[in-house]
Formats: sequence, structure tokens, C-alpha cells
Amino acid sequence: MTTSTAPADKPSYIASYPRFLARSLWQATEGSLGFYAWMTLLTALFLVGANAWANQVAGGMIGTHMTDQVSWGLYIANFTFMVGLAAGGVMMVIPAYLYHDRKMHDVVIIGELLAIAAIVMCLMFVVADLGRPDRFWHMMPGLGKFNFPISMLTWDVIVLNGYLLLNLHICGYLLYMRFLGREPNPVWYVPFVMLSIVWAISIHTVTAFLYCGLGGRPFWNTALLAPRFLASAFVSGPAFIIVTMVLMKKLTRVQGLDQPIATLTKIVRVTILINLLMVASELFTEFYTGGAHVSAAKYLFFGLHGKTGLVPWTWTAIGLNVTAACLFLWPGLLAPRLRWLLVSACVMAFVGTWIEKGMGLIIPGFIPSTLHQIVEYAPSLLEWKVTVGIWAFGLMVFTIAIKTALPTLRQADQD
Amino acid sequence: MTDTNHPSRPDLPTLPIIENFSRRAAIKGGFATLGAAAFVAAISPLRHAAQNTSAGEFMQNHYTELTPEQKADVIARLEEEAKEKYGAEVTIGDDRPIPGTKFVYAINLSVCNGNGKCVEACHKENNHDRATNQSYIRVIEMPKGTMDMEQGSTTYTGAVPKDDKFYLPVQCQQCDEPPCVDVCPVKATWKEDDGIVVVDYNWCIGCRYCEAACPYHARRFNWKQPEVPAEEVNPDQSYLSNRIRPVGVVEKCTYCLHRTRRGKLPACLEACPTGARVFGNILDPESNIRWLLENKRVYILKEELGTKPAFFYYFD
Repeated sequence: MTTSTAPADKPSYIASYPRFLARSLWQATEGSLGFYAWMTLLTALFLVGANAWANQVAGGMIGTHMTDQVSWGLYIANFTFMVGLAAGGVMMVIPAYLYHDRKMHDVVIIGELLAIAAIVMCLMFVVADLGRPDRFWHMMPGLGKFNFPISMLTWDVIVLNGYLLLNLHICGYLLYMRFLGREPNPVWYVPFVMLSIVWAISIHTVTAFLYCGLGGRPFWNTALLAPRFLASAFVSGPAFIIVTMVLMKKLTRVQGLDQPIATLTKIVRVTILINLLMVASELFTEFYTGGAHVSAAKYLFFGLHGKTGLVPWTWTAIGLNVTAACLFLWPGLLAPRLRWLLVSACVMAFVGTWIEKGMGLIIPGFIPSTLHQIVEYAPSLLEWKVTVGIWAFGLMVFTIAIKTALPTLRQADQD
Repeated sequence: MTDTNHPSRPDLPTLPIIENFSRRAAIKGGFATLGAAAFVAAISPLRHAAQNTSAGEFMQNHYTELTPEQKADVIARLEEEAKEKYGAEVTIGDDRPIPGTKFVYAINLSVCNGNGKCVEACHKENNHDRATNQSYIRVIEMPKGTMDMEQGSTTYTGAVPKDDKFYLPVQCQQCDEPPCVDVCPVKATWKEDDGIVVVDYNWCIGCRYCEAACPYHARRFNWKQPEVPAEEVNPDQSYLSNRIRPVGVVEKCTYCLHRTRRGKLPACLEACPTGARVFGNILDPESNIRWLLENKRVYILKEELGTKPAFFYYFD
């Protein structure tokens, strides 16, 4: 991507780029015993997931608990949440580049690396959900038959892969320049960063359009879905990054993380309220209006005809989200000695969003079914294994990416 | 985490040359090899799946892009597979729409008594998986006095008809504005000239977006390889309809195009003991169905969604 900028008198990029990659790989696999234990654990979990997926492909998706009534389950729930996590990283990019927050600028790469890991997980969840992954090439533009622009899924393929490439380019360029010991040329990354801000919004908007464009599914068929997706993304993304930065403060020598943590906390303080407001608005519309459209919401919150499979999930999510919101609203949360409380608030907001936007959004879309059957769904062990495996892989990608970026992050605070 | 290669001169690209570099490299290489081997072992069940998919199937082009020769090859291969996997001699046709035909269906709800013979006939005719008792038709038992499907039940039992109920069979409505076709990311499903919405089972990637999009629950997914005993396989098949579907793809009612495009009636209609079902070519002014649609007070399901079904309901 950067080879065209090579001036004639500098050493060839063709020689230095592989050296950069080799050095990054070496660097990323160096670490303490704790690091090796962490990576071994993730590898083991990933292998369990890979094996479960291989069994699913070999035996058919009968190994999942999905049915013709509830035809999407845990995989698509996680996919939807992951798109939000990927988009959430932009909440570091906006202060850094639009508001010229110096401290945030120094560590903004954390958000971009999270986007890469989250998108990789998105793509893996989609593949895990396919009945025929061997026919994946049918989706490739040019090679297969791409139903663009009518199918929203083709839009999603474009925006997700585009976002992945954008972030790979931005991070790759900055790290490579640092490897060469040169000052990054803004021409080669700032326009891409600006584009990535718009693009982050687009990935979650398009993903919401996948669902809200379906007239036959009243639970999803609401104009509020895309804004809700964005609001919750701007809770889960920053929450994850705050926890990452608190851990980095403990485990690495990276300095200057306190101010970015404070900035992100202030962002979550607002977004978590907007998200709750939108949930309340949606619930009012559903329940006050009543009628057939409210069946899914009734099922989600109170159960329908004695079927209450999602009720514990959804009330857990509400409890976590409201508690997290209260904690975030408390000004004392940022006290340095209360880091554990900040981390707990972030974990609560993260898990709450994961339920609300995962199982709490996808499953009620199918219950009751379009012919008003009530067939419940709870993920099978196989589905959990595959899901854990993909999460483990994503965390591996994220850990390695952060390790690769550590010298850059440390260099920043030497300036 | 320790930093073993903090470069003393950050301006110079250096590989971390440390004293025991080669030993560490060997250890890392060893673990990487171990990891790769474990990964290969973990995904070994895929070999089973690969054995079930021939190279010809993997490379097969979209139905609408097959040349006549390729089509003949594909059909020969599918017939061969039916013999191999199911022990059944089948003939797979490539039935195309008859020019000047637009098929529509109508059901007289005053007559239908919920006996479920149509459901059963569909199951047999279309070579559905025996274990799951699949069918393209669902009959909803509805309380009299409402058209709200929420009041109905698809799992009713006991003697029919019950006095306070009426019966609403639902299958693919072959919509003129089919949401299932719009959402498909790979154009594996489309509407043919005679109005039938079909699926190329050899092109579908199994994402099930169409199942989410259909407001009539008309689509089914093959969660496993369908099982049909050799003697029960219906050998009169067509590529786009009742041939035994592969695992992992979506399927749907095709108005029995392997029958109706050959001048016969759908299996569900022939099986109906009450005469509630009427099928025909709406473009034929002399047809029964045309008279019916012009003279009866008909209605369609979920009209507000704008799907424009080619499937009508009426009461006498």
C-alpha cells in the first residue's frame, strides 16, 4: 500500500517491508509467562471452536438449536454485536482527529486495532452461520453473483470489508513508518482516518438495515433501529477500550492513558443514556399502541403464552445497563483508586449491550414466527463452542495487534 | 510483560538479535508447528464434508448461466448421486415455464376442513426429509370471527372440523414482489416467467436471509441431509423443484412445477378431499380460477406488506 511513496534514494521497501512484518511477528510473540499462558488459553479455546465448527459443517446445522422458526441464533446475535464493537472504536478517532485531543491521538491506534479484531470476528460469525461455507465464493463480486444493490447483505459485505481494509491500512502504515523511524506523512493516513469515521457509522447503519428493512418482522421494522445500534455501539466500544487501557496501564509501560480513559468515560456517560432513552421510546411505542406488533416485545420482557425463554436474558441486560448508567453518571467514578469500579461499570455496560443487541434483538424477531407460532430457542453446546472459539480468536488478534503497537504507544509518551 | 527487544536506536530497523535468538526462534517455531498440527486435527471432520461434495458440484455455475451441455452433465451427475446416496432411480427434468402462463392458486376457506391431506401429499411429492416430517404447507386452525393469525394454532389435534373453527392453509404465496428474492445476496432465488419463485439448490449459500424476510414462513432450511427410504423416493423430479435437496440450503414450494409445467395439477390439490383448492393459469380467460377471481370476494394474506401474493383466499 505504501510502496509507491518510496523515494529513489531510500532503501527499498521491498526489502524492508518483509523485515517489518518479521520483526512485528517476533515482537508480538515475545512476552512474560502470563502472556504465554493467556495466548495458550486462547489457542485452546479457539481449537475447541474450530473443531465444533468442523463438526457442524460435516453433520449439518442440525447440531445447532436453530429451527425454521428461529432461523438465526447466537452467531448472528454475536455478529450484530461485533459490528457495533468495530464501530465503537471510532469514539477514540473522533476526539483524536476532529477535536485534536493530543493525549487521545497518542493512543488512538488501540481503537483502530480493536476495529480490525472485531471485523475479523464479524466475518467469522457470518461464515459460521452459513449452511454452505464451501460456496463462499458465490458471494465474491466478479467471481460469483453479487446481488448488489438490492440485497442489504451485499452492502454489508462491502462496508465491513472496506472498514477492515481502511483500518489495516491506517494501522499498518503508522506502524511501518515507526519501524522505519520516519515521521508518518499525514497525506497517507489522515484522509483515510477521516473516511474511517464516516465508514464506522456506515457499517452499523447498514447492519441495522439488514433487519429493519424486513416488513414481515414487526419487531425489527422500526426506523429507530439504526440509531439504537449506533448508540449501543458507542457504549460497548468505549467500554471495551477503557478496560483494555486500564489493563495496559497495569501490564505495560505505556503512559498517558489516564486522560483518554477520562475522555471515553465522559463519552459513555452520554451514549449510555441516549441508548436507554431510545429503548424506553421503543417500549412505549410498542406497549402503549398494543396490538399484534407488541407480541415480540411481550415475549421478550414478560413471556408469551407461558413461554419465557428470553425473559431472564432481557432483565439481566436491563439491570446491567441501568446499574452501569447510574455508575457512569456518578462523577466520583473517575477517581484513580476506584479503577475497579470503573472496570465493573464497563463490564456491566458491555455485557448488557451484548445481550440487548444480541439475543435480545435477534431472537424476538423470530418469536412469534410470521405465522404466529411460538418456537423457543436456546443455543446448543455446539453453538456456544463455536462462539467462544471465535471470541478467543478475536482476542488473540487483538492481543497480538496491541503487542505489535506497543513500541509506537511507548514512543508517543517519550515525545 | 517484559520488553526483550527495546531497540537502542529506534531510527534503525533491526531484527531483535539477542544471544539466544536461535534457541527462542526454534522454540517459537516448535510451538507454531504444534499449533498448526492441532488446528489441522481440530478441523479434520471437514474431510467428511469434502467427500460428500464433488469437484463438479463445487465448481458448478449458476443455473441461469449453464449451457445446455453443462445442464445435461449436472443433471446426469445429480441422478447418479440419487442412485448412490438413496439407492433410487430418478429422472430429473429441466422444466421451463410455458409461455403465456401465470400460475395462481386459490383456497375456499368455507370448504377447507383442516384434514391435512395437502400437508401429507406435499411431504411425499417433494421428497421431504422423513424424520422431521417436513412439508411446504402449514394449516392454521383459526377461531371463527377473526382473521388475526395470532389467535390461530398450527399444532391443533383431534377430529376436524371443529364447530367454532375455520382452517387456513398457508404455503408459498409466489409473491409478485417477493422480499425473499430481494434479500438473497447471491441471486440463488428468483421469480420465473410463470410467476413461480424458485431456488437453485446448488447455488444457495445457506445464509437464511430469505427465511427471515418471508412474511409467510414459506421457506425451509435443510438442517441436515434429508433422509428418504429408496422405495419412497418420488422419482419424477425437476432440477428447480422436488429433487432431493442438498444439506445446508434453503428450499420452498414451487407449485409443484415438475407437475404443473407438464400440464398436471399440484399434488396438494389432487390430495384435497374437499375440493377447497383451485389452481390455474390466470392469463387464460376460460380458466376456472379466472372466473373465481372475477366473481368471488377474495382476499390475500398480509396485503399491507405490499408483497402482492399470487395466492388467494375466499369464502362462499
